[in-house]
Amino acid sequence: MRFITRRLAFYVVAAWTAITINFAIPHLLPSNPVEVMMARHPEFPPSARRALEIQFGLGHQGSLLHQYGVYLDHLLHGNLGISVLNYPASVVTVLNNTVPWTILLVGSATIISFVIGTLLGIFAGWRRGGWFDKALPAFTFVQAIPYFFLAELALVLFSSDLHIFPSYGGYQLGDTIGFNGTFIASALSHSILPALTIIVTSMAGWMLQMRNVMITTIGEDFVLAAQAKGLSTRRIMFTYAARNAILPNIAGFALAIGFVIAGALVMEIVFSYPGVGYQLFQAVTNDDFPVMQGIFLAISATVLVCCLLADVVYVLADPRVRTRAAY
Amino acid sequence: MAIAVSAPVQTAPTARRGEFLRSMPLKAKIGGGILAVFVLIAIIGPAIAPYDPSAISATQSVALPPNLHHLLGTAVDGGDIFSQLLVSIRGTVVLGVLTATFAALLSVGFGVTAGFLGGVADEGLSLVMNVFLILPALPLLIIVLGFLPHTGQLPTAFVLSILGWAWGARVIRAQTLTLRGRDFVAAARETGEPTWRLVVFEVLPNEISLIAANFVGTFLYAILTSVALAFIGVANLSNWSLGVMLYWAQNSTAINIGAWWWYLPPGLAVAILGMSLVLLNFGLDELGNPRLRRSTKSRRRARGAKAWRPTDATPVKRLEVAP
Repeated sequence: MRFITRRLAFYVVAAWTAITINFAIPHLLPSNPVEVMMARHPEFPPSARRALEIQFGLGHQGSLLHQYGVYLDHLLHGNLGISVLNYPASVVTVLNNTVPWTILLVGSATIISFVIGTLLGIFAGWRRGGWFDKALPAFTFVQAIPYFFLAELALVLFSSDLHIFPSYGGYQLGDTIGFNGTFIASALSHSILPALTIIVTSMAGWMLQMRNVMITTIGEDFVLAAQAKGLSTRRIMFTYAARNAILPNIAGFALAIGFVIAGALVMEIVFSYPGVGYQLFQAVTNDDFPVMQGIFLAISATVLVCCLLADVVYVLADPRVRTRAAY
Repeated sequence: MAIAVSAPVQTAPTARRGEFLRSMPLKAKIGGGILAVFVLIAIIGPAIAPYDPSAISATQSVALPPNLHHLLGTAVDGGDIFSQLLVSIRGTVVLGVLTATFAALLSVGFGVTAGFLGGVADEGLSLVMNVFLILPALPLLIIVLGFLPHTGQLPTAFVLSILGWAWGARVIRAQTLTLRGRDFVAAARETGEPTWRLVVFEVLPNEISLIAANFVGTFLYAILTSVALAFIGVANLSNWSLGVMLYWAQNSTAINIGAWWWYLPPGLAVAILGMSLVLLNFGLDELGNPRLRRSTKSRRRARGAKAWRPTDATPVKRLEVAP
């Protein structure tokens, strides 16, 4: 339990840091959503400036500490401000429309890539020096190629040239969003190409790590003992070797999820997928600072929750951390 | 963060320079060679560029394929792709070097201090490292660089390094922890050396290869991240870099009109540059950790071990396991 408490305390600190950075950025850097709004809407009379300042929480009321308090209070009540681009929609509404898309796409793609990558890593490590293991260095180069570049090439090949997959958006325009067959089918066909690109680019990391730890684990005495007992190969491979070798992969999940999400953000932009990444892109091109900040908070929260889940799984998978206080 | 990092321990570097170069692993030689070509282009590229990269033709409205006048063809507005590529490589390489330098200073500072001091200072600094490690860097970069109007190279490199130093600091901290307890450090301490001398003359020289590998890793991170940022338009688009080239190509639908000479050169340049850094890093790893290069067998086993994960496998003697 000590482990989880320590980790929880750490995540609280990390969350507080993210929230405070989010508060500090507009105060440290030159920006003004009111100016952006006034420029976007020439029909607004000059007197609207004051109203907008109040609406966007600017106007510099009170001390910095007071503003920080107001900001935290708004945050607690789920008030992240108002979108400039989709004025007068609130940032929370914008997030509600985009976050589910990203979680479904990136979440399922990450799980698939983790499972496939780990399985391939087990086989590569088990048959070290085999043809598959020899081909592994090729996968390391995937990490050096810009993922969006790969995504663009896939887009041209599979949708512009071969017309297998749609090239734009998350569903057929005109379909009603909801639980009906046409919508689900169209959403699925729109998500295959982005998901495949995420899987291909993020799989190599899981695979290489799993293979390396597998090789070390196979050398352990308990694997030899299991063989001496005459257990079946499959049992040794999965229940003895892989069962132990997967622990670092779970621990590494926390670090990797940030990279995967970053890659997925740019991927969404390439595919014009209606998720958080594409929304962030639109917010950047339209100087929609409140939405940018809201998205940063949402992504930070997601990363922290993912890491916490990975920690819980780790505790369940590795009995040693439950007893050892050192962690 | 759940698993403690056990960094490889290295031996003292070999004495003579010529011998040192010859003993470099093949991977490091190839990677270093390719990187040297890129650095050379970064230095002389703008001088040998046949055209002004930003020059546009008033009369032209189609992208020309490669020909004798334009070795890599032109963009839709008549800009010479070859010249743009030469100038862009300088922009990207300079940004990478700047970021890696800033980040190396930060990671060495934080890592060595945390590892050498230990105790409460270590707890606090490790907390800072872990928080920076877990914060999603790309969205934060997009926001900060989006707020900064018309960012130049220096502020971009600065922001990139502030978000990219934590991983190196953790590795260096772990290495410092193991070095701190060694006999030669204890001996130096007994002779009355001040702490700063212990750090600078006893600990740091033994971490050179780790710091170098870390420098190369940050270089790669800086290039991939800055290219991605420029590609989505979060950069000063009037400063040429490989990401900016890709941005303009994408913006003019170069892929859809089949102008491969426009989008392939910058994309391949990033991929080859990145590949050279990955190779160099594998090579540095073998150089720093002699156990990895004792035989071809162990070398093969070590391939791919130098990733960014906290859990690199330590090669052990192979036990023959009948599959």
